[in-house]
Amino acid sequence: MTTQTQDNIIVFDKVNKWYGNNFHVLRDIDLNVRRGERIVICGPSGSGKSTLIRCINRLEEHQEGRLVVDGTELSDDVKAIDKIRKEVGMVFQQFNLFPHLTVLENLTLSPMYVGKVPKKEAEEKAMVQLKRVRIAEQADKYPLQLSGGQQQRVAIARALCLTPKIMLFDEPTSALDPEMIKEVLDVMVAMADQGITMICVTHEMGFAKAVADRVIFMDQGQIVEQNTPNEFFNNPQTDRSKDFLSKILGH
Amino acid sequence: MAVAPRTPPKKRDWSWRSQAFRGLLYQVIAVLLIGGVVWWLASNTAENMRIRGIKSGFDFLTQPAGFDIGESLFSFDSNNPYWKAFLVGIGNTLRVAIIGIILTTILGTMVGVGRFSRNGLVRGICYGYVELFRNVPVLLQLLMWYLIFTELLPDISEAKNIGPVFLSKGGLTYPGPVWESGHLWILGGLIAGAAAAWAYRRWATTQFEATGKLRSMFWVPLIIVLLAGAAGWVAGGMPNQWQIPTKGEFAIEGGSSLTPEFLAVLFGLVLYTAAFVAEVVRSGIQSVPRGQSEAAQALGLAKGQEMQKVLLPQALRVIIPPMTNQYLNLTKNSSLAVAIGYPDVVSISNTALNQTGRAVECIAIIMLVYLTTSLSTSFFMNWYNSKSAIKER
Amino acid sequence: MADTIIFQSKPAREAPIKTEGLVPWVKTNLFANWQSTVTTLVVGALLLYYVPQFINWAILTATTTTNADACRADGVGACWGVVKEKYRLIIFGRYPFEEQWRPLVATLLMVGLLVASCTRYFWSKWLIIGWVVVLSAFFILMYGSLFGYFDVFGLTKVTTDRWGGLPLTIMLATLSIVLCFPVAICVALGRRSNLPAIRTFCTIYVELIRGVPLISVLFMASFMFPLFMPQGVTVDVLIRVVVGVTLFAAAYMAEVIRGGLQAMPKGQTEAAASLGLSYWQTQFKIILPQALAMVVPGIMNNFIGLFKDTSLVYIVSLYELTGSLGLALNSDADWRPYKLEGYLFIVSIYFVFCFAMSRYSLWIEKQLNKSKLR
Repeated sequence: MTTQTQDNIIVFDKVNKWYGNNFHVLRDIDLNVRRGERIVICGPSGSGKSTLIRCINRLEEHQEGRLVVDGTELSDDVKAIDKIRKEVGMVFQQFNLFPHLTVLENLTLSPMYVGKVPKKEAEEKAMVQLKRVRIAEQADKYPLQLSGGQQQRVAIARALCLTPKIMLFDEPTSALDPEMIKEVLDVMVAMADQGITMICVTHEMGFAKAVADRVIFMDQGQIVEQNTPNEFFNNPQTDRSKDFLSKILGH
Repeated sequence: MAVAPRTPPKKRDWSWRSQAFRGLLYQVIAVLLIGGVVWWLASNTAENMRIRGIKSGFDFLTQPAGFDIGESLFSFDSNNPYWKAFLVGIGNTLRVAIIGIILTTILGTMVGVGRFSRNGLVRGICYGYVELFRNVPVLLQLLMWYLIFTELLPDISEAKNIGPVFLSKGGLTYPGPVWESGHLWILGGLIAGAAAAWAYRRWATTQFEATGKLRSMFWVPLIIVLLAGAAGWVAGGMPNQWQIPTKGEFAIEGGSSLTPEFLAVLFGLVLYTAAFVAEVVRSGIQSVPRGQSEAAQALGLAKGQEMQKVLLPQALRVIIPPMTNQYLNLTKNSSLAVAIGYPDVVSISNTALNQTGRAVECIAIIMLVYLTTSLSTSFFMNWYNSKSAIKER
Repeated sequence: MADTIIFQSKPAREAPIKTEGLVPWVKTNLFANWQSTVTTLVVGALLLYYVPQFINWAILTATTTTNADACRADGVGACWGVVKEKYRLIIFGRYPFEEQWRPLVATLLMVGLLVASCTRYFWSKWLIIGWVVVLSAFFILMYGSLFGYFDVFGLTKVTTDRWGGLPLTIMLATLSIVLCFPVAICVALGRRSNLPAIRTFCTIYVELIRGVPLISVLFMASFMFPLFMPQGVTVDVLIRVVVGVTLFAAAYMAEVIRGGLQAMPKGQTEAAASLGLSYWQTQFKIILPQALAMVVPGIMNNFIGLFKDTSLVYIVSLYELTGSLGLALNSDADWRPYKLEGYLFIVSIYFVFCFAMSRYSLWIEKQLNKSKLR
């Protein structure tokens, strides 16, 4: 394992996190993510999945242990946080598009102000991303004029505009109708082929089977089991994951 | 088989039981009823005025007013006609309202933002301020300030001063420049500076869009404006004559001054309205969902950019309509000045009413002045709202 | 399968760095960084300088004897004797001294019913009957006779020009808010009507009233109302003011109610129509009950505003709380210098009422949000 360290783009080393004094949300998390790896995290609600990935771009701060992202250790250092956020894209459950900006402006905001890219270039790049998520014709509309699935695709495009090395997905399809789930997953599957590191919190087992290199199952703030999708779904090792799978695959 | 589209038939059913007929009937009844009541009131009024020998009409406006006004933006004496007295009143109302709105905005925003301070002491004080000042009638606050300014401050002969600024029962006296034509140059310089700053900002924006290089959008324009103002001052021959108030035996001589009435109205209105403005600002900031700030952070925007590009534009859309309401409230509440004798338009109308007995006309003037302000503001706001509304489907 | 691993959860620990409790609170809220520390020190110093001065003035060196000379001799602290000496005049205005138990009882009844009306437990038909009974009792007690003709229980008649103080404040606010309700509901429905003439009238009314200050409406009630009435009909100034304030409050209340009506989903009207209910049945049985419940906080805020605004009637010579303070002190040369203490006394009365009501409004808003989530 140690020989692979420089190939690990994310390293969690005994990471602990609390909300308040007594709510222990992440307990001794050890996790290495290889460059280009595609990981799906699942588990019951309140198991700390979202908190885990939100630690990676420091939307949440951990209190104990080491967390290294692409060679930079996350601490209170503002410069480190700025650097990480340029390299890590994030897609939220509630899209979080900026409703007062057009789709195109949503996409160019960060490249222009953070990446210091000229406007024209930023717009060209944005259009490329919009074409990639198959929504280029909506560029001049406002987010709330789009359907949920379209909004989430815009959100993915927005995160891609910074050409991140890592993409985090926090339950990207949970707020969508079944039909829209498919259009978003299609975009994500297409993205998975391009070698970007992806960490995705989701319960879409079809997606996990099709795309993921590894499935991580979490409960009570701990990693209970991790395995290839095939093994995890067909041959779960622990009682807790069996129980969980029987519930979500039960019908 | 597809059916060819066609336009709907236009005919309406006008039978006794049709909705269209019923609707018309209700409206005719309503118009007749309201018209009848108005006619009844008007004829009563006409009859009463005839019996009591009250003259009506606005001809009194050209007669000499016969009373003096304590403070005025332009010269006025008792021989001037009533219409000029009303103009003085409107001027005084606008003066206290405009200065009040500016101060209220500053104070209210500070307190509203202070509610989110990381410092617990600041949060507590802001909360206490809001609860205390908005739960006491504004009239009572005006009266209290008036009491403080006219009775609890030292006499003029013992005026307190910080340097050349004197505060006493006589009001606030402070140094004012001796106006000469050179000051116009300063004004000209500032205007030219503002134009230059605007041009600079446009240039900086296009540069930013072309090259991605960010330039200061605030400090540089500010310095341009100030430098241009200074240049205007030099060009105008550097006028530096100031009227510095000095304490005489019975009065403070020279300088500019604010009357205790004006100060009391201003303090009362500003402190009262700022408490409401603070709440407006607070709820505006709170109305932006947390996810917006998280998304901005995840995109790597700096704190200032997050505020300027993401949070503020959304919060302002929520803040501006109730804020305008508060501005209108402040303007309407300035009518309470009548209680302490600040000569605003209501106070002047009240005097005119008592002197001429033309109640209908004087009250109509008050209402007209406020209605014009309110309605024009709300037309503007409706236009602004529809323009800035976030587009949804 | 036999090789299932039983998942053993690691026990939760306490956080190594406490974030809750007094010490962490002080650390994060007062001394988080150097800016915060400087602010704390500066603000704290100012508080330490001024608060003791105020306490010193208000309590330590204050005089409480009802003797103006003692106050003058003392000369440093507050003179609460003025409140002790004048409180009945301030609270009850010019109401005859021996009869002041009557406004006291009447006001207590009214306040009691107000509190009951704010409690969900009492929301029923009986509340309306309660209001009718209490309002009649209020006027009988205050006026001492029915319609000015029949004496009741041998009470002496006290004409309205002698009513004043807190009872008048509470009565004006309560009566106006109760009376403005029917008007406001009609206007709110009218503004949403699809009959253009009715819609226009209602819109003009609301915009007109909201565009002018209350004081101009009071001037109208005071100076113009007598001209409106037919020859020989005179209306008591109190009634004129109540009518004026009611019409004023109705415009604002109509906007609050309209907000509730607008927030109602269209499906409710459609469901009612599909059940065959008429327009008025739909409004009164389906729409209004829900819409009104939704805007209770708005109604409360209106009431608080009105409660404070009643102080304006002082300008047209009705001596409610603010006016009666002037009445009590302006003509008394001994006590006049201590008007500030008098003001602070009525400030605290207004504050207690308004603050309590705004807390209630917040509370009920939370309740409503809770029931929305269910």
